[in-house]
Amino acid sequence: MATRLQFENSCEVGVFSKLTNAYCLVAIGGSENFYSTFESELADAIPIVKTSIGGTRIIGRLCAGNKNGLLVPHTTTDQELQHLRNSLPDQVVVQRIDERLSALGNCIACNDHVALAHTDLDRETEEMIADVLGVEVFRQTIAGNILVGSYCAFSNRGGLVHPHTSIEDLDELSTLLQVPLVAGSVNRGSEVIAAGMTVNDWTAFCGSDTTATELSVIESVFKLREAQPSAIVDEMRKSLIDSYV
Amino acid sequence: MAEEAGMFMVTQTIGSVLCCKCGIPMAPNSANMCVKCLRSEVDITEGLQKNVIIIHCPECDTYLQPPRTWVKAQLESKELLTFCVKRLKNLNKVRLVNAEFIWTEPHSKRIKVKLKIQKEVLNGAILEQSYVVEFVQQENMCESCSRVQANPDQWVAAVQLRQHVSHRRTFFYLEQLILKHGAAAAAIKIKQMDQGIDFFFSNRSHAVKFGEFIGKVAPVKSRHDKQLVSHDSKSNNYNYKYTFSVEICPICREDLICLPPKVAASLGNLGPLVICTKVTSSIALLDPFTLRLCFLDADQYWRASFKSLLTSRQLVEYIVLDVEIVSSEVNVGGSKYVLADAQVARVSDFGKNDTIFSIRTHLGHLLSPGDYALGYDLYGANGNDSELEKHKGLILPDAILIKKSYEEKRQKKRGKPRAWKLKSLDMEVDDRGRGDPEKMNSEYEQFLKDLEENPDMRFNISLYRNREYQPSEMTSVADGDDLPSIPVEELLADLALSEEEDEGDDMRE
Repeated sequence: MATRLQFENSCEVGVFSKLTNAYCLVAIGGSENFYSTFESELADAIPIVKTSIGGTRIIGRLCAGNKNGLLVPHTTTDQELQHLRNSLPDQVVVQRIDERLSALGNCIACNDHVALAHTDLDRETEEMIADVLGVEVFRQTIAGNILVGSYCAFSNRGGLVHPHTSIEDLDELSTLLQVPLVAGSVNRGSEVIAAGMTVNDWTAFCGSDTTATELSVIESVFKLREAQPSAIVDEMRKSLIDSYV
Repeated sequence: MAEEAGMFMVTQTIGSVLCCKCGIPMAPNSANMCVKCLRSEVDITEGLQKNVIIIHCPECDTYLQPPRTWVKAQLESKELLTFCVKRLKNLNKVRLVNAEFIWTEPHSKRIKVKLKIQKEVLNGAILEQSYVVEFVQQENMCESCSRVQANPDQWVAAVQLRQHVSHRRTFFYLEQLILKHGAAAAAIKIKQMDQGIDFFFSNRSHAVKFGEFIGKVAPVKSRHDKQLVSHDSKSNNYNYKYTFSVEICPICREDLICLPPKVAASLGNLGPLVICTKVTSSIALLDPFTLRLCFLDADQYWRASFKSLLTSRQLVEYIVLDVEIVSSEVNVGGSKYVLADAQVARVSDFGKNDTIFSIRTHLGHLLSPGDYALGYDLYGANGNDSELEKHKGLILPDAILIKKSYEEKRQKKRGKPRAWKLKSLDMEVDDRGRGDPEKMNSEYEQFLKDLEENPDMRFNISLYRNREYQPSEMTSVADGDDLPSIPVEELLADLALSEEEDEGDDMRE
């Protein structure tokens, strides 16, 4: 199910939040409305953590993560790192990496199996990504833009890319990522997909400017209509219980 | 980048996305909305004028461009289109691609212009839209038309042309010159006065231009004056009436002149008796005994203004009895002269008494015994010119012949119309009891005869074919000696603006 919301009158919800299959990070806002929308959707399934990174609220664009781990830039303070380690589930590895391109959310787009990376990323960072997130890393561009983390958003079910992506590029990316992809826009024609929305396997959150057409495209490509959170989370819980016992 | 390096590039086919508003598939653009949704979203004609009032003068069909200029334009013309587009404000914020008229009824006082404009919207998408602007035409007379309506006789500058002689030959000739060159096209009124013509203009520069034109074709002396009509003390505007007084020198063609001693000396001792052969912007003086031709400039003339001794009114007819050529043919100033000794008698004397004069004449090439000639009778003339006394030891000849006379032959043709005619200026005649109509007619007739006899006088004049003239066969048989007449090639066919197609078409013969 896709939900429309705003963070303090801004429609760029992907900037102020990070949603994965195991956890959700939200920025600290003036009013609690943003947080409560997430809570009403996700509370019984995954933990929702309020945080800041490097003292800023643009956490969605600074960190990259999936159900296996979370990568934060070197600007993260020790307290924030500690807070994250405490609040997130134990199997999520939180790692601070030293990388010149510190806006990791703009440089890396990932789901639970595969990641697209900025072409100029360091070799060590790439290895770190493969290690911590447990994914296969591909250096790619989207519609000629190197900030892959901004111009596409994908989950394990499907993905949405920049509207100007050519058909050949779409085919190539789809083969790499092994998910169906579609070119489209969000927030009434905005091309910066990942900044305008955030998605996981059963739910998505978009800016309130998103039109009905865009919403239907998102719901169909990410297969959100029949998704049930319980099924996915139950699998996770089973593994948790297993290890506990 | 990669293309310039010569690397292999995969062909990129642009896919289609859904319009974010209406959901129809379309090619992606910077707004990611289909054109219709974009147009419904953004109106680029917002803030542009759709109704404008323009002011039109019905008298001269011009439109007002504030603050003061009136632009002449026809309906649906290029000038009107540029004018209308200029009157629209804020049009520099958008890019104008096309403008055209939509037809409206002419008396509806509405002009509709369809404009196509382009403007950038949202994030880089350029939208093109056309819209209609309606111009309401309000009638208001322009300043010059209202001035003309209020007082049609009002003039600002006047040129008063005068020549202090007793005949009007110069003015007939000038009239034809003015017609040919169209110098009086700007005149609002032309009035014929005693010894001259007055021209009235609505603009000082027109009067100056006309005065300069006259200065080029006749030796003149001019002065100008102005009279204050009104004065606006707030804006320091002064309205004047300007008057130009142009005086033409009284020496005419065929006049006999006795030059003052100083002038004769300055011209190289030209014999004091000279004949004036041609008057343009300078006077040509011919000494009939030495066949020397000299030119006198307008300035030179007015410095020592002398009058003629005898004018063409006083020409007397002589009959030539004998001609003896003395010198060979001389080409002086474009015309031929031959010095000859001739025995002549006045026609009034001929048959009555034996008064015969032996004179020297310059017309040896034209005269043969039995011809008639016109000349000045110095034998019988009472010369009270003070100049004659200044020349000591001057012997006056008995007669000086000026030109050959065709009077006899003209008698045969009297009453028959000519093959050509002249146009005339639209003049107001000041009838105050002067000017005998018969005298005027005979002077005009004399002028026409002059035109026939002198080809170089015809040079500057336009002659028109007379449509009523039917050449009759009888005269062509009877003509022995050829009467000087104007060859048909010189005549212009008058442009007749009539219903008949064939007559109105030929302009030049």
